[in-house]
Amino acid sequence: MNLSSSIAKTYIFSNKKLTAVAVLGVLLGMSVYIFMNSLLVGFDKSSNASIFRNTSHIRVYKDDEMSKSLNQDSFSLSLIINPKVVPTNNTILNPNMILATILKQKDVVAATPQVNTNVFYNKGRLQISGFAIGIKPDEANTMYNIKSFMVEGDFNVLKSNPNAIVIGSGISQKMNLSIGDYLNLTSSKGINRSFKVIGIFKTNNSVTDKTKSYINLAASQQLLKEGNSYITDINVNVRDPEHANKVAQELTKITGYKAEGWKEANETLMATNKMRKMIITFVSLTILLVAGFGIYNILNMTVSQKINDIAILKAIGFKGKDVIYVFVKQAIFIGIVGVIGGVMMATILITILKRVYLGGDIGYFPIDYEPLKFMQGIIIGLVITFFAGYIPAKKAANVDPVAIFRK
Amino acid sequence: MNTVLRTENLNKFFYDPIEFKVLKNIEFEVKKGEFLSMIGKSGSGKSTLLYILSTMDNDYSGSLFIDNELVTGLSKDKMAEIRNEKIGFVFQFHYLLSEFSCLQNVMIPALKLGRLSVKDIEAKAYEKLEILGLKDQALKPASKLSGGQQQRVAIARALINDPIIIMGDEPTGNLDSNNTRLVFDMFQHLTRSYGQTIISVTHDDDFAKKSDRIIEMKDGEIVKY
Ligand SMILES: Nc1ncnc2c1ncn2[C@@H]1O[C@H](COP(=O)(O)OP(=O)(O)O)[C@@H](O)[C@H]1O
Ligand SMILES: [Mg+2]
Repeated sequence: MNLSSSIAKTYIFSNKKLTAVAVLGVLLGMSVYIFMNSLLVGFDKSSNASIFRNTSHIRVYKDDEMSKSLNQDSFSLSLIINPKVVPTNNTILNPNMILATILKQKDVVAATPQVNTNVFYNKGRLQISGFAIGIKPDEANTMYNIKSFMVEGDFNVLKSNPNAIVIGSGISQKMNLSIGDYLNLTSSKGINRSFKVIGIFKTNNSVTDKTKSYINLAASQQLLKEGNSYITDINVNVRDPEHANKVAQELTKITGYKAEGWKEANETLMATNKMRKMIITFVSLTILLVAGFGIYNILNMTVSQKINDIAILKAIGFKGKDVIYVFVKQAIFIGIVGVIGGVMMATILITILKRVYLGGDIGYFPIDYEPLKFMQGIIIGLVITFFAGYIPAKKAANVDPVAIFRK
Repeated sequence: MNTVLRTENLNKFFYDPIEFKVLKNIEFEVKKGEFLSMIGKSGSGKSTLLYILSTMDNDYSGSLFIDNELVTGLSKDKMAEIRNEKIGFVFQFHYLLSEFSCLQNVMIPALKLGRLSVKDIEAKAYEKLEILGLKDQALKPASKLSGGQQQRVAIARALINDPIIIMGDEPTGNLDSNNTRLVFDMFQHLTRSYGQTIISVTHDDDFAKKSDRIIEMKDGEIVKY
């Protein structure tokens, strides 16, 4: 071991209490930082997961158009106009061509047509309003992973049976339906049709579970008295959901239809997430910083206590940078031990919390070991320790030995 | 004999609390192997001069040559190297690193210099401690020794790199007559046998008289040499 390291070591071990306090500070700061940020990632993942069960990354649909005045000439007489939604069909024209165009975009990984139908579910005298979603079963499953939240039945049957329906658990409960039962649907166009319940899903979002059902695309088109080119939505998934809004803008340009990213569609939720992220980032960084202050304080104290030693070391030929090493090495030692302890502590905390069941929309506590956050914590922790050590070390390096010897 | 230390027109001011010239036109030289004593009343500027000679203080005007090299104006790092290699300094108040053993205290300048292996340095440190009658105390923490013993450890530390000049600011100020004699004899031995040079501030007239040459300072000036 070289000289500055062994001096640093002696100082660290001759003052075990102070060292322990500094290490503990880093340990706590680190573990809280990693823990809170892993939790943040977990929250986002779980909230995104529940969004992506219902929503694709991008939804392409025909937006309502407002009527415009026919006369665009601003020099003519004043016009009184009464803008209204133009009562056109909200279908996407030539959906196959548009689908093909969308699929050609390089960020797009999947695209599937969909027909949203407002319906009444009827059983006996009981009637619930809701919406039946016409889908292509396989494509929709790759997009929403419907099978993962099926609680009963087999989703694959939907492909082979044009009269099959998969209903939310809320509907099944309210109407006392189980697999194999028949359910009557009435559409807004007055069409009545019976479907066979072949599956029940549960998203943990009670509104969705009480209103939503999946049927075949063709069945939904028939409910609306439309032909097989009638498509209300094209749902698109992209490689990185974080870039969905950007891709959506391009799709709007290319297709001429309104393309809406999931973040845009869930603005309130996004704002909440953002706020949560800001608070957690701020608090966890502050805690790490406070741990840094701990090291700074303790090393500052050590420098004051050892000012005679520093003067002697300089008198016998230590350069400024040698003195800096002595003290920075102490900080690094404290930092490394604290960081290792903090990583262990965070791992333990996460392991325990992962097993806590919360229920509801969330299920298990939404936390996992996030390697990125561990890395971030370790790096930030070490950087903070380094600077917390460097500032007092710099002070030590500037000690004027003569001034000390004269005292 | 050749010169190991020389000053030219050294002047130094203190500005706090009032402007005050502590050193006035100091010019002298020291030959290799010389045992020089510096005497003078308290406050005459001896310590101030010694700190400049030892390169620890570089806030002065004039020139300082050590080992025929102009030291004035060198970088602080370069001066630190010179101190480490060529100068041994003994303070009036022992000044050891209290959390280290005597042996470690003696070894540190040599470890810093890094010319010998740790093993050789240790052997050499033992040897120096033995000369000063402290071999059996080697492994004790420095803080557990008496003042006189600590001072001798500090002397051993000043000798470890075989410096060409050993400077002492009242090195025997806190020693009893026995230890004072021991230190004097050793200094003399170093100058005679190894050609090392001693510059020692002292208040002990006997000590001064027995040395090769006396410089007397008064009000920041050398008045007799
Ligand atoms: N840092 C300082 N600021 C101002 N005056 C000082 C300082 N250090 C020493 N002095 C003054 O300089 C003079 C010389 O001091 P010093 O070199 O310690 O004398 P000596 O060692 O001969 O007793 C004294 O008058 C002392 O008060
Ligand atoms: Mg003095």
